[in-house]
Amino acid sequence: MPMYDYLDELESRTIYILREAYNRVKPLGMLWSIGKDSTALLWMIRKAFYGRVPFPMIQLDTEMELPEVYEFRDQLVKDWGFELKVELCPPEEEMDQTLPPATRSATRKTEGLRNLLLRDQYRGMILGIRRDEQSMRAKERIFSPRTLDGKWDFKDQPAELWDQYKTDFPQGTHVRIHPILHWTELDIWRYTLREKIPYVPLYLSQNGKRYRSLGEKNITFPIDSNASTLEEIIAELEVTRQPERAGRAMDHDSEDSFERLRAGGYM
Amino acid sequence: MTSKNLTQLNMVIVGHVDHGKSTLIGRLLYDTDSLPEGKVEELKAISEKRGMDIEWSFVLDAFQAERDQAVTIDTTQIWFKTEKRNYVIIDAPGHREFLKNMISGAAAADAAILVVDADEGVQEQTKRHAYLLHLLGIQQVGVVINKMDLVGHKKERYDEVSQEVVDYLAHLGITARFIVPISARHGDNIASIAEKTMPWYDGETVLSNLDKLQIQPPLVDRPMRFMVQDVYRYKGDERRIIVGRVESGILNKGDKLLFSPSNLEATVVSLEKWNSEKEITYAKAGESMGFTLDKPIFVERGHIASTHDNPPMLTRVFAANIFWIAHHELKEGMLLTAKFGTCSWPVMVQSINKVINTDDLQNENQKQVKRNEMAEVVLRSSEMMALYSYVNNPRTGRLVLFDKYDVVGGGIIDMAKFADQRNVSKAADLYSVEHLLRRENREWRNGHKGAVIWLTGLSGSGKSSVAMEVEKLLFNQEKQVYVLDGDNVRNGLNRDLGFSDEDRSENIRRIGEVAALMADAGMIVITAFISPFKEDRMRARAAAGQSFHEVYIEADLATCEQRDPKGLYQKAREGKIKEFTGISSPYEAPDNPEIVVDTQHHSLEECAQQVLTYVNDVTKV
Ligand SMILES: Nc1nc2c(ncn2[C@@H]2O[C@H](COP(=O)(O)OP(=O)(O)OP(=O)(O)O)[C@@H](O)[C@H]2O)c(=O)[nH]1
Ligand SMILES: [Mg+2]
Repeated sequence: MPMYDYLDELESRTIYILREAYNRVKPLGMLWSIGKDSTALLWMIRKAFYGRVPFPMIQLDTEMELPEVYEFRDQLVKDWGFELKVELCPPEEEMDQTLPPATRSATRKTEGLRNLLLRDQYRGMILGIRRDEQSMRAKERIFSPRTLDGKWDFKDQPAELWDQYKTDFPQGTHVRIHPILHWTELDIWRYTLREKIPYVPLYLSQNGKRYRSLGEKNITFPIDSNASTLEEIIAELEVTRQPERAGRAMDHDSEDSFERLRAGGYM
Repeated sequence: MTSKNLTQLNMVIVGHVDHGKSTLIGRLLYDTDSLPEGKVEELKAISEKRGMDIEWSFVLDAFQAERDQAVTIDTTQIWFKTEKRNYVIIDAPGHREFLKNMISGAAAADAAILVVDADEGVQEQTKRHAYLLHLLGIQQVGVVINKMDLVGHKKERYDEVSQEVVDYLAHLGITARFIVPISARHGDNIASIAEKTMPWYDGETVLSNLDKLQIQPPLVDRPMRFMVQDVYRYKGDERRIIVGRVESGILNKGDKLLFSPSNLEATVVSLEKWNSEKEITYAKAGESMGFTLDKPIFVERGHIASTHDNPPMLTRVFAANIFWIAHHELKEGMLLTAKFGTCSWPVMVQSINKVINTDDLQNENQKQVKRNEMAEVVLRSSEMMALYSYVNNPRTGRLVLFDKYDVVGGGIIDMAKFADQRNVSKAADLYSVEHLLRRENREWRNGHKGAVIWLTGLSGSGKSSVAMEVEKLLFNQEKQVYVLDGDNVRNGLNRDLGFSDEDRSENIRRIGEVAALMADAGMIVITAFISPFKEDRMRARAAAGQSFHEVYIEADLATCEQRDPKGLYQKAREGKIKEFTGISSPYEAPDNPEIVVDTQHHSLEECAQQVLTYVNDVTKV
């Protein structure tokens, strides 16, 4: 696949960021959502550290993922042998009841993350978000400082240039690290195909439907598609004009629902 | 699958606030059918909600605050493709308040479009942004004269404004790749030629001009530079893998490498990449790579590997053209951290040679650089740094300045006026004794790092009390600790010194040097001297490098005078002691101490505990 050589550059950059994070920020963890992006990222972690995964993978679990997701998770942990920590998120009844329903449900992960950070005192948390997913995420820095309770001061982000990341912080700050911010959905699938990275089968079409983005079963919906191989997914994405997160209810509650979620610490 | 080139060009849109940058991008996406389904309806709805016609800028301006105030706050990136290739379009804010965000966006670009409002013409940020493009090394610059609808689509006005832009860019050595009169809001001359409104324009659209720009290729044809990021060793694996990135040139298996600034040499035995099917024999500029060496020489993060015949320069001093984005001013004597690649050096601002007025490009004769200004400065470090002029190697010739935790500036290095110190340093090495033991060995044995904890404050502020208390606490933790105080120094080392200005300064210089040596030997040294002058403390910091920690023992003059433990204030008031700090001689409080200890409002125990926590934190191995 010589035309996919451009992926080498994206991968090199991600590996550089991962090695910076590992050298500069301790203790470090990664939120593994088990989806395509963070699994491709996990693959690149193994590349950066010569087959090892030198920090824990953390799943923020709402116990609402689809069964295929849990199956895939357990298989990969077995095959690749890395440390997985499952953090159970608090129930929906404990969330802010004034939030719109899908947003409220998504907030459970924010709360789970907050609990984890406060308890285990991580200084750095790696996340597999991308700029092309959503216009709020497009404004992210690669190293993004957060207050202890996860708040994102998006109106005053630090300058970031020439691979010089802000890695030192006063006490009470943690940093979100985004090593695949510069990848697109298409890049990820092409890379997954080229590198033969495993993925949850729900992304492939069955009976005319497939998941383009995986989330909890109550707030994520499959799209119409006949793409039943990675090649077909790639061909579909090369022409589609449907946004990736169309099946994510929480993005569409109101104009500012995703901003409110993210400012509060959502991924 | 198409056979087209999938590589992407990074393109930043810059210009004065409100001149239509975000609108141009939004419209470019619309006119090329790149907006996702449903986006236009969504834009209409959110524009209407704010009492506007459709606002294309809302595609980019995603924050509620940006939409409500119709201003871009932070930079963003969006993908789009033409027949020819893929693009990452970077939107930059034009408001001067958000210059740091503009820089964050622009630094990632291969090329730029400068947007100028036809009605308003060239404005303050138009010039500042153009100057920054020059500083950030972006040579491909296109210009669009926007909002032609506001000036009746008149060619005369277009000619006038474009001439002004072209002239300014020429002063910066930039030739515009294209100039296009547009109306972003109406899509004129963006993806299709506006024959109706501007029939006089005989050039091409913005879109076709974009396709003529080039992607900056990695610097394969420059001398090889590899920045060491880390060194990995794994249990049950004999390899010691040195990882990092090839910044320029090509790294080959079998290359004999020279490491800077250590001046050590070794040969590459293997290039290491996980899960690679075949053996790797070379790595090009831009690649993250690992390698092993034939000899176990000392290599660490921040070292730069090159070939023997074309190494970087070694120096303790260099000039740089910088931009300054901190809220406080940059002044001579200030201490900062300069980072380039994985190297990080404490530097002092030796001089501010000139401050550039971006309005008329004249040099201002001022000795401080304010926020958002550009300047030429000379920076000095106590350590030998491996550097390269920007003109010779853009990848390793640029630096970012940090003050404590924050990015405060950045720019490009100019070594034209400085000589390479590599051979000089080799000669000097002959005379300095090579220690078999390194600092790390001592730290390992002691279980903590050496450090200079430099207390400064008025007489009577509590320096000695705090120092002695902390010494006791550290001693009880089995730390190697010692206090340097007036008496134990004045009676021996400095007994030849009196109290003249020069002697006082020399007194502090010697203490600084001794403390640095003791820290190097692995001790935690606490010094308790008034040390009223910034310059003296700066020298002490330069002597101890990163082991130096300034602690401001703070209490106001009235409190100290009231305490007056030795009756000195009274004597000073009576004129019996001359040049007494606080009374007849100034005390220059630290600008950026590592910690401030308020003895006026806290008990001795609390103060000592505060210092102890800090010391334990910074001396952890
Ligand atoms: N009449 C007219 N108005 C325009 C045109 N292009 C943009 N505008 C308007 O100018 C205003 C500012 O446009 P923006 O795109 O937000 O400007 P900007 O340069 O991105 O501003 P900042 O990012 O805040 O620096 C908006 O109200 C636009 O609708 C044009 O071609 N003609
Ligand atoms: Mg804008």
